[in-house]
Amino acid sequence: MSMLHTVNKSPFERNTLVSCLGHATAGSAILLIEDGVYGALEGTAHSDLLRGALADHSVYVLGPDLNARGMTDDQVIEGVSVVDYGGFVDLTEKHEKVQAWL
Amino acid sequence: MSEPWEEEGPGTVKKFMYVNRKAPYGTIYALESLEVVLIAAAFEQDVSMAFLDDGVYQLKKGQDTKGIGQKNFSPTYRALEGYDVEKLYVEAESLAERGLSEDDLLVPVEVMSREALAELMNEQEVILSF
Amino acid sequence: MPIEANGKVYETDEEGYLADLNDWNPDLAAAMAKADGADLDENHWEVINFLREYYEEYQIAPAVRVLTKAIGKKLGPDKGNSKYLYELFPYGPAKQACKYAGLPKPTGCV
Repeated sequence: MSMLHTVNKSPFERNTLVSCLGHATAGSAILLIEDGVYGALEGTAHSDLLRGALADHSVYVLGPDLNARGMTDDQVIEGVSVVDYGGFVDLTEKHEKVQAWL
Repeated sequence: MSEPWEEEGPGTVKKFMYVNRKAPYGTIYALESLEVVLIAAAFEQDVSMAFLDDGVYQLKKGQDTKGIGQKNFSPTYRALEGYDVEKLYVEAESLAERGLSEDDLLVPVEVMSREALAELMNEQEVILSF
Repeated sequence: MPIEANGKVYETDEEGYLADLNDWNPDLAAAMAKADGADLDENHWEVINFLREYYEEYQIAPAVRVLTKAIGKKLGPDKGNSKYLYELFPYGPAKQACKYAGLPKPTGCV
Protein backbone atom coordinates (compact mmCIF):
# COMPACT_ATOMS: atom_id res chain seq x y z
CA MET A 1 0.00 0.00 0.00
CA SER A 2 1.67 3.20 -1.11
CA MET A 3 1.09 6.60 0.36
CA LEU A 4 1.77 10.08 -0.91
CA HIS A 5 2.32 12.63 1.85
CA THR A 6 1.93 16.32 1.13
CA VAL A 7 3.39 19.04 3.34
CA ASN A 8 2.32 22.66 2.86
CA LYS A 9 3.89 24.46 5.84
CA SER A 10 7.32 26.00 6.22
CA PRO A 11 9.60 23.88 8.42
CA PHE A 12 10.70 27.11 10.11
CA GLU A 13 7.19 27.92 11.25
CA ARG A 14 5.53 24.58 12.01
CA ASN A 15 6.63 21.07 12.86
CA THR A 16 4.54 19.69 10.00
CA LEU A 17 7.52 18.33 8.05
CA VAL A 18 9.07 16.76 11.17
CA SER A 19 5.78 15.13 12.05
CA CYS A 20 5.26 13.91 8.50
CA LEU A 21 8.74 12.38 8.34
CA GLY A 22 8.19 10.75 11.71
CA HIS A 23 5.09 8.98 10.45
CA ALA A 24 5.88 8.31 6.81
CA THR A 25 6.78 4.65 6.42
CA ALA A 26 9.69 3.57 4.22
CA GLY A 27 8.88 3.67 0.54
CA SER A 28 6.19 6.32 0.79
CA ALA A 29 6.54 9.48 -1.26
CA ILE A 30 6.66 13.04 0.04
CA LEU A 31 5.59 16.09 -1.93
CA LEU A 32 6.33 19.61 -0.66
CA ILE A 33 3.86 22.29 -1.77
CA GLU A 34 2.99 25.93 -0.95
CA ASP A 35 5.11 27.15 2.00
CA GLY A 36 6.29 23.57 2.40
CA VAL A 37 8.70 24.12 -0.50
CA TYR A 38 11.08 25.99 1.82
CA GLY A 39 11.85 22.59 3.33
CA ALA A 40 13.34 21.43 0.02
CA LEU A 41 16.03 24.09 -0.17
CA GLU A 42 19.75 23.51 0.18
CA GLY A 43 21.78 25.49 2.69
CA THR A 44 19.11 26.20 5.31
CA ALA A 45 18.98 25.24 8.99
CA HIS A 46 16.48 22.48 8.08
CA SER A 47 18.17 21.06 4.98
CA ASP A 48 19.50 18.03 6.88
CA LEU A 49 15.99 17.04 7.86
CA LEU A 50 14.93 16.41 4.31
CA ARG A 51 18.31 15.10 3.18
CA GLY A 52 17.94 12.40 5.82
CA ALA A 53 14.55 11.45 4.46
CA LEU A 54 15.89 10.78 0.97
CA ALA A 55 17.26 7.38 2.03
CA ASP A 56 13.78 5.93 2.64
CA HIS A 57 11.53 8.15 0.55
CA SER A 58 11.19 9.65 -2.85
CA VAL A 59 10.81 13.39 -2.32
CA TYR A 60 9.20 15.88 -4.68
CA VAL A 61 8.70 19.63 -4.65
CA LEU A 62 6.16 21.63 -6.64
CA GLY A 63 8.01 23.91 -9.10
CA PRO A 64 5.37 26.66 -9.48
CA ASP A 65 5.35 27.14 -5.69
CA LEU A 66 9.16 27.32 -5.67
CA ASN A 67 9.26 29.91 -8.45
CA ALA A 68 6.53 32.03 -6.86
CA ARG A 69 8.78 32.33 -3.81
CA GLY A 70 11.79 33.42 -5.82
CA MET A 71 13.53 30.04 -5.71
CA THR A 72 14.91 28.07 -8.65
CA ASP A 73 15.27 24.34 -9.29
CA ASP A 74 19.03 24.45 -8.70
CA GLN A 75 18.53 25.63 -5.09
CA VAL A 76 16.78 22.37 -4.24
CA ILE A 77 18.57 19.61 -2.26
CA GLU A 78 20.14 17.04 -4.56
CA GLY A 79 17.90 14.01 -4.94
CA VAL A 80 14.66 15.97 -4.61
CA SER A 81 12.66 16.05 -7.86
CA VAL A 82 10.92 19.20 -9.03
CA VAL A 83 7.47 18.52 -10.51
CA ASP A 84 4.81 20.69 -12.14
CA TYR A 85 1.03 20.42 -11.62
CA GLY A 86 0.92 17.57 -14.14
CA GLY A 87 3.52 15.76 -12.05
CA PHE A 88 1.44 16.40 -8.94
CA VAL A 89 -1.55 14.73 -10.60
CA ASP A 90 0.62 11.80 -11.75
CA LEU A 91 1.84 11.31 -8.19
CA THR A 92 -1.68 11.23 -6.78
CA GLU A 93 -2.67 8.67 -9.42
CA LYS A 94 0.39 6.53 -8.80
CA HIS A 95 -0.27 6.25 -5.09
CA GLU A 96 -3.28 4.62 -3.52
CA LYS A 97 -3.77 7.30 -0.91
CA VAL A 98 -2.83 10.86 -0.16
CA GLN A 99 -2.19 12.09 3.34
CA ALA A 100 -2.14 15.87 3.57
CA TRP A 101 -0.13 17.22 6.50
CA LEU A 102 -1.51 20.64 7.23
CA MET B 1 -13.10 75.75 4.72
CA SER B 2 -9.96 74.10 3.42
CA GLU B 3 -9.52 73.10 -0.19
CA PRO B 4 -8.86 69.43 -0.89
CA TRP B 5 -5.29 70.11 -2.02
CA GLU B 6 -4.33 71.84 1.18
CA GLU B 7 -2.51 69.31 3.30
CA GLU B 8 -3.06 69.05 6.99
CA GLY B 9 0.07 68.66 9.07
CA PRO B 10 0.60 65.51 11.09
CA GLY B 11 -0.68 65.46 14.65
CA THR B 12 1.40 63.60 17.20
CA VAL B 13 4.04 61.50 15.48
CA LYS B 14 4.44 58.04 16.97
CA LYS B 15 6.94 55.29 16.29
CA PHE B 16 5.15 52.46 14.51
CA MET B 17 6.76 49.16 13.69
CA TYR B 18 5.20 46.53 11.46
CA VAL B 19 6.64 43.14 12.32
CA ASN B 20 6.53 40.67 9.43
CA ARG B 21 7.09 37.02 10.29
CA LYS B 22 5.24 35.09 7.58
CA ALA B 23 6.24 33.85 4.16
CA PRO B 24 4.36 35.32 1.19
CA TYR B 25 1.56 33.50 -0.74
CA GLY B 26 1.00 30.56 1.67
CA THR B 27 -1.01 32.86 3.93
CA ILE B 28 -2.51 36.33 3.51
CA TYR B 29 -0.44 37.99 6.27
CA ALA B 30 2.37 39.40 4.10
CA LEU B 31 0.01 41.07 1.65
CA GLU B 32 -2.26 42.36 4.43
CA SER B 33 0.69 43.92 6.21
CA LEU B 34 1.87 45.62 3.05
CA GLU B 35 -1.59 47.04 2.38
CA VAL B 36 -1.95 48.33 5.93
CA VAL B 37 1.49 49.98 5.74
CA LEU B 38 0.57 51.71 2.47
CA ILE B 39 -2.72 52.99 3.86
CA ALA B 40 -1.21 54.08 7.18
CA ALA B 41 1.61 55.89 5.36
CA ALA B 42 -0.90 58.68 4.69
CA PHE B 43 -0.93 59.48 8.42
CA GLU B 44 2.71 60.57 8.39
CA GLN B 45 3.89 58.59 11.37
CA ASP B 46 7.41 57.36 12.04
CA VAL B 47 7.00 53.99 10.35
CA SER B 48 9.42 51.09 10.13
CA MET B 49 9.04 47.51 8.96
CA ALA B 50 10.89 44.59 10.47
CA PHE B 51 11.33 41.31 8.63
CA LEU B 52 12.22 38.27 10.68
CA ASP B 53 11.63 34.51 10.70
CA ASP B 54 9.85 33.50 7.47
CA GLY B 55 9.04 37.18 6.91
CA VAL B 56 12.46 37.59 5.28
CA TYR B 57 11.15 35.44 2.40
CA GLN B 58 8.79 38.31 1.50
CA LEU B 59 11.77 40.26 0.19
CA LYS B 60 13.33 37.44 -1.83
CA LYS B 61 14.34 38.51 -5.31
CA GLY B 62 13.01 36.79 -8.41
CA GLN B 63 9.47 35.92 -7.32
CA ASP B 64 7.45 34.66 -10.26
CA THR B 65 3.86 33.75 -9.47
CA LYS B 66 2.59 33.01 -12.98
CA GLY B 67 2.50 29.31 -12.16
CA ILE B 68 0.31 29.63 -9.06
CA GLY B 69 -2.20 32.17 -10.36
CA GLN B 70 -1.66 34.65 -7.53
CA LYS B 71 -0.61 38.24 -7.87
CA ASN B 72 3.12 38.83 -7.44
CA PHE B 73 3.14 41.68 -4.93
CA SER B 74 6.89 41.72 -4.41
CA PRO B 75 7.42 44.75 -6.73
CA THR B 76 5.28 46.77 -4.31
CA TYR B 77 8.03 46.65 -1.67
CA ARG B 78 10.01 48.87 -4.04
CA ALA B 79 7.22 51.45 -3.93
CA LEU B 80 7.55 51.89 -0.15
CA GLU B 81 10.27 54.48 -0.55
CA GLY B 82 7.83 56.71 -2.47
CA TYR B 83 5.46 56.37 0.49
CA ASP B 84 8.27 57.58 2.79
CA VAL B 85 8.56 54.16 4.39
CA GLU B 86 12.30 53.90 4.27
CA LYS B 87 13.21 52.00 7.41
CA LEU B 88 13.25 48.34 6.51
CA TYR B 89 15.04 46.13 9.03
CA VAL B 90 15.95 42.52 8.36
CA GLU B 91 17.14 40.16 11.07
CA ALA B 92 20.55 38.67 10.28
CA GLU B 93 19.90 35.39 12.10
CA SER B 94 16.69 34.79 10.15
CA LEU B 95 18.53 35.29 6.86
CA ALA B 96 21.38 32.99 7.90
CA GLU B 97 19.04 30.15 9.00
CA ARG B 98 17.53 30.26 5.54
CA GLY B 99 20.80 30.37 3.65
CA LEU B 100 20.02 33.87 2.42
CA SER B 101 22.12 37.02 2.29
CA GLU B 102 21.41 40.69 1.73
CA ASP B 103 22.12 40.19 -2.00
CA ASP B 104 19.07 37.93 -2.22
CA LEU B 105 16.73 40.78 -1.27
CA LEU B 106 14.87 42.98 -3.72
CA VAL B 107 15.04 46.29 -1.82
CA PRO B 108 17.78 48.06 0.12
CA VAL B 109 17.45 47.14 3.80
CA GLU B 110 19.35 47.40 7.03
CA VAL B 111 20.42 43.97 8.22
CA MET B 112 20.78 43.80 11.98
CA SER B 113 21.27 41.25 14.73
CA ARG B 114 18.39 39.79 16.70
CA GLU B 115 19.70 41.66 19.73
CA ALA B 116 19.72 45.02 17.95
CA LEU B 117 16.26 44.38 16.54
CA ALA B 118 14.98 43.54 20.01
CA GLU B 119 16.29 46.88 21.23
CA LEU B 120 14.57 48.64 18.37
CA MET B 121 11.28 46.90 19.16
CA ASN B 122 11.58 48.18 22.72
CA GLU B 123 11.76 51.75 21.47
CA GLN B 124 8.49 51.55 19.54
CA GLU B 125 5.23 53.06 20.70
CA VAL B 126 3.05 50.84 18.55
CA ILE B 127 3.92 47.39 17.22
CA LEU B 128 1.69 45.68 14.68
CA SER B 129 2.39 42.03 14.16
CA PHE B 130 1.71 40.09 10.96
CA MET C 1 -22.15 48.96 -14.22
CA PRO C 2 -20.59 47.89 -17.50
CA ILE C 3 -19.08 50.49 -19.81
CA GLU C 4 -19.24 50.51 -23.59
CA ALA C 5 -16.47 51.52 -25.99
CA ASN C 6 -16.10 50.72 -29.70
CA GLY C 7 -19.21 48.59 -29.56
CA LYS C 8 -17.75 46.34 -26.88
CA VAL C 9 -19.02 46.09 -23.33
CA TYR C 10 -16.56 45.91 -20.45
CA GLU C 11 -17.24 44.82 -16.88
CA THR C 12 -16.54 47.25 -14.06
CA ASP C 13 -17.04 47.15 -10.31
CA GLU C 14 -19.82 49.13 -8.61
CA GLU C 15 -17.67 52.27 -8.53
CA GLY C 16 -16.85 52.09 -12.22
CA TYR C 17 -13.33 50.67 -11.99
CA LEU C 18 -12.46 48.27 -14.76
CA ALA C 19 -12.78 44.64 -13.67
CA ASP C 20 -9.88 43.39 -15.79
CA LEU C 21 -6.84 45.61 -16.16
CA ASN C 22 -5.94 43.84 -19.40
CA ASP C 23 -9.15 45.03 -21.06
CA TRP C 24 -7.92 48.60 -21.03
CA ASN C 25 -7.50 50.70 -24.17
CA PRO C 26 -7.46 54.47 -24.79
CA ASP C 27 -10.99 54.50 -26.22
CA LEU C 28 -12.24 52.93 -23.04
CA ALA C 29 -10.59 55.69 -20.99
CA ALA C 30 -12.26 58.30 -23.19
CA ALA C 31 -15.64 56.57 -22.78
CA MET C 32 -15.27 56.53 -18.99
CA ALA C 33 -14.40 60.23 -19.00
CA LYS C 34 -17.35 61.01 -21.23
CA ALA C 35 -19.68 59.21 -18.83
CA ASP C 36 -18.36 61.59 -16.13
CA GLY C 37 -18.92 64.59 -18.46
CA ALA C 38 -15.20 65.13 -19.07
CA ASP C 39 -13.04 65.35 -22.19
CA LEU C 40 -9.48 64.10 -22.04
CA ASP C 41 -6.72 66.36 -23.36
CA GLU C 42 -2.97 65.72 -23.54
CA ASN C 43 -2.49 66.79 -19.92
CA HIS C 44 -4.95 64.13 -18.78
CA TRP C 45 -3.25 61.53 -20.95
CA GLU C 46 0.11 62.40 -19.46
CA VAL C 47 -1.18 61.51 -16.00
CA ILE C 48 -3.10 58.45 -17.18
CA ASN C 49 -0.04 57.08 -18.94
CA PHE C 50 2.11 57.85 -15.95
CA LEU C 51 -0.26 55.83 -13.74
CA ARG C 52 -0.17 52.87 -16.08
CA GLU C 53 3.62 52.88 -15.98
CA TYR C 54 3.60 53.20 -12.19
CA TYR C 55 1.28 50.24 -11.89
CA GLU C 56 3.39 48.20 -14.28
CA GLU C 57 6.44 48.82 -12.12
CA TYR C 58 5.02 48.55 -8.60
CA GLN C 59 1.77 46.59 -9.04
CA ILE C 60 -0.26 49.13 -7.09
CA ALA C 61 -2.13 52.34 -7.82
CA PRO C 62 -0.38 55.12 -5.91
CA ALA C 63 -2.01 57.22 -3.19
CA VAL C 64 -2.61 60.82 -4.26
CA ARG C 65 0.28 62.16 -2.19
CA VAL C 66 2.65 59.66 -3.77
CA LEU C 67 1.30 60.33 -7.24
CA THR C 68 1.77 64.08 -6.82
CA LYS C 69 5.36 63.66 -5.68
CA ALA C 70 6.20 61.20 -8.45
CA ILE C 71 4.61 63.39 -11.15
CA GLY C 72 6.67 66.32 -9.86
CA LYS C 73 9.82 64.26 -10.14
CA LYS C 74 9.04 63.24 -13.70
CA LEU C 75 7.17 66.20 -15.20
CA GLY C 76 8.31 69.11 -13.07
CA PRO C 77 6.91 71.12 -10.15
CA ASP C 78 4.28 72.99 -12.20
CA LYS C 79 2.55 69.61 -12.74
CA GLY C 80 3.61 67.88 -9.57
CA ASN C 81 1.25 69.77 -7.30
CA SER C 82 -2.19 69.00 -5.96
CA LYS C 83 -3.85 72.08 -7.42
CA TYR C 84 -2.88 71.22 -11.00
CA LEU C 85 -3.91 67.58 -10.58
CA TYR C 86 -7.24 68.46 -8.94
CA GLU C 87 -8.03 70.82 -11.79
CA LEU C 88 -7.43 68.02 -14.27
CA PHE C 89 -9.28 65.42 -12.20
CA PRO C 90 -11.78 67.18 -9.93
CA TYR C 91 -13.10 63.92 -8.43
CA GLY C 92 -9.65 63.34 -6.92
CA PRO C 93 -6.55 62.85 -9.04
CA ALA C 94 -5.62 59.36 -7.91
CA LYS C 95 -9.18 58.07 -7.81
CA GLN C 96 -10.45 59.49 -11.09
CA ALA C 97 -7.26 59.14 -13.11
CA CYS C 98 -6.77 55.57 -11.89
CA LYS C 99 -10.25 54.74 -13.05
CA TYR C 100 -9.56 56.06 -16.56
CA ALA C 101 -6.21 54.24 -16.54
CA GLY C 102 -8.03 50.97 -15.88
CA LEU C 103 -6.33 50.47 -12.52
CA PRO C 104 -7.96 49.36 -9.29
CA LYS C 105 -8.93 52.04 -6.80
CA PRO C 106 -5.76 53.22 -5.08
CA THR C 107 -4.88 51.83 -1.68
CA GLY C 108 -5.58 54.56 0.84
CA CYS C 109 -6.71 56.93 -1.88
CA VAL C 110 -8.38 60.31 -2.05
